[in-house]
Amino acid sequence: MYLLILTLPLFGSLITGFLGRLLGRYGASIFSTTCVVGSMLLSFLAFYEVGFLSTPCYLTLTTWITSGIFSVSWGFLFDSLTCVMLLVVTIVSTLVHLYSIKYMENDPHCPRFMAYLQIFTFFMLVLITADNLIQMFLGWEGVGISSYLLINFWHTRYWANQSALKALIVNRIGDFSLSIGIFLIFYVFRSTEYEIIFSTAPLFFNSFIYFLGFKFHALTTISLFLFLGAVGKSAQLGLHTWLPDAMEGPTPVSALIHAATMVTAGVFLLVRFSPLLEFTPFVLFLMVIFGSTTAFFASMVGVFQNDLKKIIAYSTCSQLGYMVFCCGLSNYTVSMFHLSNHAFFKALLFLCAGSVIHAISDEQDIRKMGSLINFLPLTYSVMLIGTLALIGFPFLTGFYSKDFILELSQIFRYSNLEWTYKSFACWLGNLSVFFTAFYSFRLIFLTFINNSNSHRILINKVHESSFLMYFPLLILALGSLFIGFITKDFFIGPGTSFWNNSVFIFPSHSVHVEAEFLPTKIKWLPFIFSSLGIILATSINILNYNIFSSNRINHFVTFFSFLINKKWFIDILYNRIFVRIILYFGYTVSFKTFDRGFIELWGPYGISTLVKKYSKKLSLLQTGQITHYLFFMILGIIIFLLMFPYFAINTFFPVCDFRLLGLFFLLITLN
Amino acid sequence: MLTQANCITISTFLFLISILGIFLNQKNILIMLMSLEIMFLSVSFNFIFLSIYLDDILGQIFALLILTVAAAESSIGLAILVVYYRIRNTITVELMSLTKG
Repeated sequence: MYLLILTLPLFGSLITGFLGRLLGRYGASIFSTTCVVGSMLLSFLAFYEVGFLSTPCYLTLTTWITSGIFSVSWGFLFDSLTCVMLLVVTIVSTLVHLYSIKYMENDPHCPRFMAYLQIFTFFMLVLITADNLIQMFLGWEGVGISSYLLINFWHTRYWANQSALKALIVNRIGDFSLSIGIFLIFYVFRSTEYEIIFSTAPLFFNSFIYFLGFKFHALTTISLFLFLGAVGKSAQLGLHTWLPDAMEGPTPVSALIHAATMVTAGVFLLVRFSPLLEFTPFVLFLMVIFGSTTAFFASMVGVFQNDLKKIIAYSTCSQLGYMVFCCGLSNYTVSMFHLSNHAFFKALLFLCAGSVIHAISDEQDIRKMGSLINFLPLTYSVMLIGTLALIGFPFLTGFYSKDFILELSQIFRYSNLEWTYKSFACWLGNLSVFFTAFYSFRLIFLTFINNSNSHRILINKVHESSFLMYFPLLILALGSLFIGFITKDFFIGPGTSFWNNSVFIFPSHSVHVEAEFLPTKIKWLPFIFSSLGIILATSINILNYNIFSSNRINHFVTFFSFLINKKWFIDILYNRIFVRIILYFGYTVSFKTFDRGFIELWGPYGISTLVKKYSKKLSLLQTGQITHYLFFMILGIIIFLLMFPYFAINTFFPVCDFRLLGLFFLLITLN
Repeated sequence: MLTQANCITISTFLFLISILGIFLNQKNILIMLMSLEIMFLSVSFNFIFLSIYLDDILGQIFALLILTVAAAESSIGLAILVVYYRIRNTITVELMSLTKG
């Protein structure tokens, strides 16, 4: 049963991929959806067994690689952490499959799309069920590849190609550091199995890695590289640039990959490696800083975006920041809780966005929408639910996880961080709550409530989607409403035994209890901020107050909004600083100077021209004049006689004698 | 006075004269052949002197052989010259440059 969870999507993908032509459009869609539904039902069962009955399952199939002490087998670990991820992945994947049956109905390559979606699901499942790092890395790279294929699904589009390449390459930077982390883990622990690494991690607390005469704390170095891997996959600040660009793919893809599953792999890695990370305060500190900065940055950028999907993409980026900094505060379970909740409302938001885009003839710019509330009441309702869940409206899903994260950041007594960093994280988190509320409601207003800016022809064609498209929305909306409340108690409830041994929190870092007893006025802070955001967004849109029209602050505001709209020019800076320089280096130095220049000059081309040139000169010595021949003959005899002593001493020396060679070349040049 | 130094000096000078004769003369092939003969003479003179000096007969035998070889060589050389003259109507060395490298 446990293995069937994995094999069903693989089977479905292979069948729809290779036999999609025979299955036909609907055949492929229905078949693949059936496979994922089966996988989802089985993971419900797995969740029941592992989570509720506390029976973690550990399967080892067969050896994969064996070389000396290095041995990797195909092993599958189903513990609580894995099962939570299983549910998230399979539920979102199933709903996205259902959704895309209708959404991709008119696409000529529907079977291919389904195959890609399924292979993505399969690799994601491999990632989360692996019991060793190598197999985890297989899934990690697999989802990277599948995300490339999916973003690039409409491969005739230039921008899709470019974004897919960007996603793959930027991810690869993180993957590279993850692989370095894996190498280091093998170097230190002599194994890549989770059970060995996690159970022996405390023993290596005093071990060091020596590199180039420097001494590194082993666990810190390993965790640092793993964290950098997570930065790439989870789009934290620094390597976040790929995520908003990945919106070039079809909308279900964005919902599946860039909202619910692939980007959470980085957070999953951090949670999975909690037994290691707990021993490295430095990396935890980095996680807090990176996470909170990402949350703030992304939510701020989201405010000034005008693309429907990009706003949600930045929202994802921001929420991932929350998860990462929550991990940095050593509250991995809360991070997981937010991850699973976030999957629901973010998939909901993306699928709603897809529905909207579908309804108004593939228009993505929210400035060209408006008053869709009259045409798409259902989409509006579920999107409002998603938005309220996202901004942490009380008693919706986001409230239970996000506000708890913010409360955790406000703990002032037994924290594992210094006060300054803590308040840094806390204020950035709270401010990003404000921005989150603002951009979410800006999105709602501009799309649904404000006056329409669309063409009448388009307005006439606006229609609510069919059942297959709004059914997933309804399910996800129900999830966004209730999942947080339902699962709160066994995810983060006090003294919950749900997590068993899958997450390790150092006792001195465990601050859950204190978060419960924070002063009430502090607990109100996120709600006040989000209310402020909603009020501001409402007042700007209802009163129709144009912030740009005020002359006094016009220039500053324009510049500022332009700056943020262009994502703080980080992409441009990256292009200027890294990409262009590396490309320039690649072209001028390694290609032109080395490959075609230096090596050619000293290699084949140079030697051949040298031989040609000097052989011509040498043959010019034969003038046909007998006297010249005689001259050379006599000269040769004289030189030979002069060299005679050298011949007597060393047989090989005269060949290399520079005087002889010098004379020779002198003759050639003089000629 | 027929001393060792004198004899070797004489033969060497003869040899050098003959080499110079070959080099400095750019035109006449006959003079080149003549200096070749002088070269042979200097060599055979050296052989004879050294056979007397070392009291060894082999040097004189070699000198006799060189004489015959020189005679044969000059006859063949002159024959080639005659044939060449018959074809080209000139024996100027400078114009014998048909075989360039």
